[in-house]
Amino acid sequence: MGAPSSRSLLRNLVREVRRSRLGIFSVTVLLGLTLLAVAAPWIAPHDPLVQSLPDQFMAPSIRHPFGTDEFGRDLLSRVIHGGRISLSTAVVAVSLAVAGGVPLGLAAGYFGRLTDSVIVRFLDFLLAIPAILLAMAIVAVLGASSVNAMFAVAVVAVPAFARLARASTLAQKNKEYVEAARCIGCTDFYILRRTILPNAWGPLIVQMTVAAAMAVLLEAALSFLGLGTRPPDPSWGQMLSSGRSHLARAWWYGLFPGIALTLLVISLNFLADSLQAAIDPRFRGHQSAEGRGR
Amino acid sequence: MRRYILSRVMQLIPVLLLTSVAVFMLIRLIPGDPAHIIAGAEATPEQLEAARSQLGLDQPLPVQYVIWLGRVLRGDLGKSVISDLPVTTIIAQKLPVTVELTIAALLFSLMLATPLGILSAVRPGSWVASGTFWWNALAMAVPTFWLGILLMLFFGLQLKVLPTSGYVPFFSDPLKALRFLVLPALTLGAHVSAVLARFLRSALLDTLHQDYVRTARAKGLVERQVVLGHVLKNALIPVVTMLGLQFGAFMGGAVITEALFDYPGMGRMMLQAILTRDYTLIQGTILFVVSAFVLINLVTDIVYAFLDPRIRY
Repeated sequence: MGAPSSRSLLRNLVREVRRSRLGIFSVTVLLGLTLLAVAAPWIAPHDPLVQSLPDQFMAPSIRHPFGTDEFGRDLLSRVIHGGRISLSTAVVAVSLAVAGGVPLGLAAGYFGRLTDSVIVRFLDFLLAIPAILLAMAIVAVLGASSVNAMFAVAVVAVPAFARLARASTLAQKNKEYVEAARCIGCTDFYILRRTILPNAWGPLIVQMTVAAAMAVLLEAALSFLGLGTRPPDPSWGQMLSSGRSHLARAWWYGLFPGIALTLLVISLNFLADSLQAAIDPRFRGHQSAEGRGR
Repeated sequence: MRRYILSRVMQLIPVLLLTSVAVFMLIRLIPGDPAHIIAGAEATPEQLEAARSQLGLDQPLPVQYVIWLGRVLRGDLGKSVISDLPVTTIIAQKLPVTVELTIAALLFSLMLATPLGILSAVRPGSWVASGTFWWNALAMAVPTFWLGILLMLFFGLQLKVLPTSGYVPFFSDPLKALRFLVLPALTLGAHVSAVLARFLRSALLDTLHQDYVRTARAKGLVERQVVLGHVLKNALIPVVTMLGLQFGAFMGGAVITEALFDYPGMGRMMLQAILTRDYTLIQGTILFVVSAFVLINLVTDIVYAFLDPRIRY
């Protein structure tokens, strides 16, 4: 069949990312942050939850490189543990969004007619609500917690995946190899899975990276607003929210969680750019997908 | 043209209907008795009974929806659970504050994005171009609330030149109001400035290679005249319409910026409504914001089709 093997796509992507300096930078940072998050309990110098009031608001020092917070907790340890929430939100929310959005898009594009218009209207509706408001509304119904925040972020990310899957289905459903599969009696499910989906993976992988960056930012924003991870669990957004109330006493409190957050998001964005260059050669140099956020 | 506008308007109706159903279902999806939710936790039995009959809870769900939609269409969004003021009154109070902030942020992002976008397109490889590249990358990755915190640390606490929170209405004391407006506007505008600079740059790069630009150069125009007279004018069409699409980004950013700077606009009001479980206020605001967003997108699309006659969807 005409579908390229997924292994060659993967090889292509890896080659293109290794070719660009920003690609190497972002993969290194992402691997480093993932390692820190996974190994947090063994790497972090202190327990992120243990309070010690005499050590309140200590400036950065050798004992506490990032300083301490209003309860005397070690901020370096809290930042390291905070990566767990950001990264797991990215992974869980993007997986949920792919699992929800891609089948929707495939069905809309492949079956057309009523299925298509119902699904497209539904996506229009999701897109009509600004991302953070949609997430806030979902959390308002479900209650504030990190699990509900992940779900809300996933819902926000669904339309982009569905639209991509739909567009690539529309582009392919009348190609000869799809017709051929239909002629020899393949089921719709088989055709979608074996002839249409493999060709859609390129743009979907780029979108997964873009959505991961969006998920990290959105989770941090929800936690910052008090609608995501609840204290005392360390999340970068929630730490910055407490840090904001103590800026006059502790500048470091408002600084380090933000650096971690920005580093993670910027690496995901750069990775998305180099992946985009890999699947679309016109897209070389410092260009980026316009309007891919919303 | 007329047919295009008509078909775009027709597309809006299902979106608005779906939004209204979702907003209507909001308080009915929350576990518990909707009357309790509407009347508040310490409601007397009489108040509960009043809330029940107002919601029409003894009727079947579709009937409740029609009653509710009828009220909304007549401009009655209900009363806030907390303050007991009509939701429309609250929105009318808070909207100008956010509009003020948004206009300031928009002006800032345009002032920054226009020169950056033009210079980085006209002089690829220059230090301006690479500076713009890094500004864009940073401004897109830095979370709004952290940028705001950094600005507070620097301008508010280190240099002590600007206030870090509060609000003064623009028309009561413009100078003082501007001082309170600067940091929130920078915070809110930074992300959009990066989106615009990127977009302007790629629009310019597209236009720079058009035939009529080569003609303009061939007839001996100075490069400045080519860029400002021929290229920019055409490149601005998609950029201007792009601005309309940034409304959602502004509205979302306003929630965070206003929470950060204690700015008494729509965004902070909505956050407080969610934190205090003021569900009628949440319903009304979401409905209002989505309708505004959808209308602005409609106007943007129509303006775009009007400016560029090749566009037909």
